[in-house]
Amino acid sequence: MSSLERKLALPEEILLAVSNPARYTGGEIGSVMKQKASVRLRFAFCFPDVYEIGMSHLGIQILYDMFNKREDVWCERVYSPWPDLSDIMKEKNIPLFALESQDNVREFDFLGITLQYEMCYTNILEILSLSGIPLSSKDRTEDDPIVIGGGPCTYNPEPLYEFFDMFYIGEGEISYDRLFDLYIGMRAKGDFKREDFLREASHIEGIYVPSLYEVSYNDDGTIKSFKPMYDDVPAVVSKTVVVDFDTAPYLSQPILPFIKVTQDRAVLEVQRGCIRGCRFCQAGMIYRPNRQKNIEVLKKDADNILNNSGYEEITLSSLSTSDYQTLEELVDYLIENYSDKKVNISLPSLRIDSVFLSLMEKLSDVKKNSVTFAPEAGSQRMRDVINKGLNIEDIMGGARMVYEAGYNKIKCYFMIGLPGERPEDVEAIAVLAEDLAMLYYDTVPKEKRNGKCQITVSTSFFVPKPFTPFQWAGMQGEEYYKEMAHMLKGKIISTLNHKSIHYMYHEPDVTMIEGVLARGDRRLSSVIRAVYEAGAHFDAWTEYYDNEKWVNAFKSCGVDPDFYTKRERFLDEILPWDFIECGVSKEFLTREWRTAMGEKVTPNCRERCSACGAKKYGGGVCYESQN
Amino acid sequence: MRARIKFSKLGQIKYVGHLDMMRYFQRAFRRAGFDVKYSEGFSPHMILSFASPLGVGLESEGEYFDIEMNSIPDEEEALERLNAVMADGIRILRFKTLEEKSKNAMSVVSGADYELCYRDGKKKETDERIVTAVDGFFNDSKEIIITKKTKKSERTIDIRPLIYDLRYEKSTSSYLMRLSAGSVENLRPELVMETFYERSGFEYEAFLFRIIRKDIYMTGEDGRFVPLC
Repeated sequence: MSSLERKLALPEEILLAVSNPARYTGGEIGSVMKQKASVRLRFAFCFPDVYEIGMSHLGIQILYDMFNKREDVWCERVYSPWPDLSDIMKEKNIPLFALESQDNVREFDFLGITLQYEMCYTNILEILSLSGIPLSSKDRTEDDPIVIGGGPCTYNPEPLYEFFDMFYIGEGEISYDRLFDLYIGMRAKGDFKREDFLREASHIEGIYVPSLYEVSYNDDGTIKSFKPMYDDVPAVVSKTVVVDFDTAPYLSQPILPFIKVTQDRAVLEVQRGCIRGCRFCQAGMIYRPNRQKNIEVLKKDADNILNNSGYEEITLSSLSTSDYQTLEELVDYLIENYSDKKVNISLPSLRIDSVFLSLMEKLSDVKKNSVTFAPEAGSQRMRDVINKGLNIEDIMGGARMVYEAGYNKIKCYFMIGLPGERPEDVEAIAVLAEDLAMLYYDTVPKEKRNGKCQITVSTSFFVPKPFTPFQWAGMQGEEYYKEMAHMLKGKIISTLNHKSIHYMYHEPDVTMIEGVLARGDRRLSSVIRAVYEAGAHFDAWTEYYDNEKWVNAFKSCGVDPDFYTKRERFLDEILPWDFIECGVSKEFLTREWRTAMGEKVTPNCRERCSACGAKKYGGGVCYESQN
Repeated sequence: MRARIKFSKLGQIKYVGHLDMMRYFQRAFRRAGFDVKYSEGFSPHMILSFASPLGVGLESEGEYFDIEMNSIPDEEEALERLNAVMADGIRILRFKTLEEKSKNAMSVVSGADYELCYRDGKKKETDERIVTAVDGFFNDSKEIIITKKTKKSERTIDIRPLIYDLRYEKSTSSYLMRLSAGSVENLRPELVMETFYERSGFEYEAFLFRIIRKDIYMTGEDGRFVPLC
C-alpha cells in the first residue's frame, strides 16, 4: 500500500501550520503497513513523548518488529503531539491517531505505553484524553482498547494504577504472544467481556492487573496489606526474562525517520543487564542477570541493521559496554567491514582505561574531543557507599592516559544527595575537578597543549528507586540540594584552576516530584490526574514544567509529598512494589543497604557471586565460570 | 566521477524538508550499495549538491542533485537499484553520468515549471474570469511591479520579465507557469499567484493550490530551456 493512497488524519492546513509536520505523517522506511481487515489484533505502541525522543528508543523498535512478524497482528506507533498540535486537536476535536494507518487510537485493540521516566506521566493522560479513552480503567468499555504499560517504571506501577488496565513487568520478548493469543481467542468466541479478559490475562507470567488487587493502609500511612481479590490471581507477579539472549528476536529493519531524531543511528544491543551492582542504579538490578550476546549473532545483527538502514553510525549499546568481553573483536569486525562505507562506531558507557584508549586508537578517524567519566561521587567514601567500584587511582590513571593521548576535555557526572552524604563529600567533587585540571598541566608540556583543559562537572540530585539497595533511603529535600549546589559552585570558583572548570546543575524542584512518583503508591493517581487537569503536560521538558501545578495538586488531593520523599522506610514495611518478583531478593537488597551504610564495597558478578537471587533464571553471568 | 539524478517527490513526502531529504538520499545510496565518494576529514560525508531546494509542502516531478562517485553503474542498473530502496512518494527518474568539466546542478539552474491546481473544496473563479485575468496580468502587460519585503529592507522589482510563461488550463483547472529560477533571480510560484489574485481582484487564501514543480531547466547553447538531464 503506497502512502500516496493513505489518507492522513490531519488536513494540510494543520500540517503546514505546526512545527515538524513529518512527525505525524508516517511512511518511513521500515514502517509496516497491513490491511486492517486481514489482522485480528491491532496494537498502538506509544512512547509518551515527542516523535524525536520516542523514535530514538530501541525497545519499541524490537517489539514493533516482533509483533509485526505475526500475520494476525498489526502494530503501529503513537507519539505525543507537540503542544502546538495538541492545542489544535483539542480545539477542533481531532482524535489522536497512529502513524501507520492514521486511524484513531481508540479503534485499536491495545494501546501499549512505554514508561521510561516518571516525568512523562502527565503525557500519558494527554494521550488517553486526545484518543477519547476514559482516563480511569474502570470507566472503559468494550469499545476502548486495553491500555497496557511496560518499561522500567512498571517496577513501581502503583502511582499509575488507575489509568492502566494492565502492566507488563519484565522483558517484552516473552509473554506478548500468549497475551495476544488469549485476546484473539476470547474475541473469536464472541461476547468479549473486558473484565473476563483482564482476569484471564492476570494468569500470564509478567502481567499485573491492578484492579484485581486491593490495598489497605496503616494509620501512619504505610501499607497494611496488598493482596489479590481472588484466589486465582497471583499474589506475586514475576518479571519475564529472556534467558537465551542469542536466540531472542532482534530487529533487522529499523524504522528510519525522515526528520532528525535524538538518537539517529543503528543500535546494537551487545548485552543486557550489568555485572557492576552500583547501589543507586535501578537498571543494574532489574535487568539482572547480565547476559552477553554471542559475537557471531551480533555480527549478523549489525550486518542486517546497517545494510537495511544505510545508517552512517552504529552504537554498541548496553549499561556498561566495557564489560562486554568480546568488545575489541566486535569493533575490529565493524571496522574491517564498514570503514569503506564510512560507518562511524560509537561507544557510549565505556570505562576510561587502557581498553578505551586502544579502542580509540583503532577508531583513528574519531575526533579527539571529550571523554566522559562517571565517578558519581566526589569522595572515595561515597564511591564505596554507592559501590561504584572506581577508586581515585582509576580516575587519575585514566585521565593521565587520555591527556597523553591528546584529549583536553573531560566531562564528569556526579550525584548530590546520596544516602549518608556529608558536606565534605560534596566538597570533594570540587577537589576532584581541581585535581583533574592540575593533572593536565602537570602531564602535558606547554608546547603540546591545545589551549586550556576543560573539565565539565555536572551534578544531578539523587532519586532513590525501587528494587535498589537505596529503596529505603530518605531524600534530603530541595533546600539541601540548593545549598549543596551553591556550596559546590563556590568551592569550584575558589579553586586555582577554576577557569578550566565548568559547573552545571539543574533545578531541584523536578527531582522532588520524580522522587514522589518513583516510590509512590496508589494514592498518587489522584495527584497525577489533578495536575494533568490543571494543564500540566510535557513535564520532562524544562520549558513546560510548572512546579506550582504539582504543589497545588498535592495540596488539593491532601497528599504529603514528604511522606514519599524524605521519609526513610522501615525495613519491615510493605513497599508498594513488593508484590513484584524482579529476580533480586529483598534479602539481598537489605544486605546491600547495610553494607552500604558500613561503607563497604561488594564485588561485581564476574569477580564473585553475591547471591542476589537472579541465578534462578538459569542463564547469563551467573553460569559463566561453569561453561 | 559525478552523476546527476532526477527524481520525483509526490504525495505525503512533501512534508519532509530539504535538509532531511539530503540525509535520506545519503542513507539510500548506502542501502543500494553504491560506490560513493566521501569527503575527507573527521566526519566524512557524501558529496551531494541539489539543484534547487524544494520548500516543505511543495511536490515535484523534476528534482535534481549531483553526487560524486568512485565508479558509476549504467543508468538502467542504477535506476533499478535505487528505486528498490526508495520510500513511498520518491522515484528516481534519470541517472546520468556527468562529464568531468560540467558545472554543478545548482549553478546552471535558470528556470522552472510549476503547475498549480485548485484544491478540492476551495473556491475557484469561473474559467472566463480567469482567462480574462491571465490576459490582463500576463499576456497584455509590459511590467508587473511588486514590493519585495525582507526583514531589513523593501525593494520594488518588476517580476514580468521573470515570468517566461503563464497559462490557464481549463480541462484540469490548473495554472502552468515557467518562472526564473536559480541563484540570480528565483521567483516563487506562490508569490506570482498572490500577485495575480490581488491584481485581478480575486480573493486569495492560503492553501488554495496544490503546487507541483514540473521540471527544472538550464539555458542551452541556443538560448532555449533544457531539462537538467
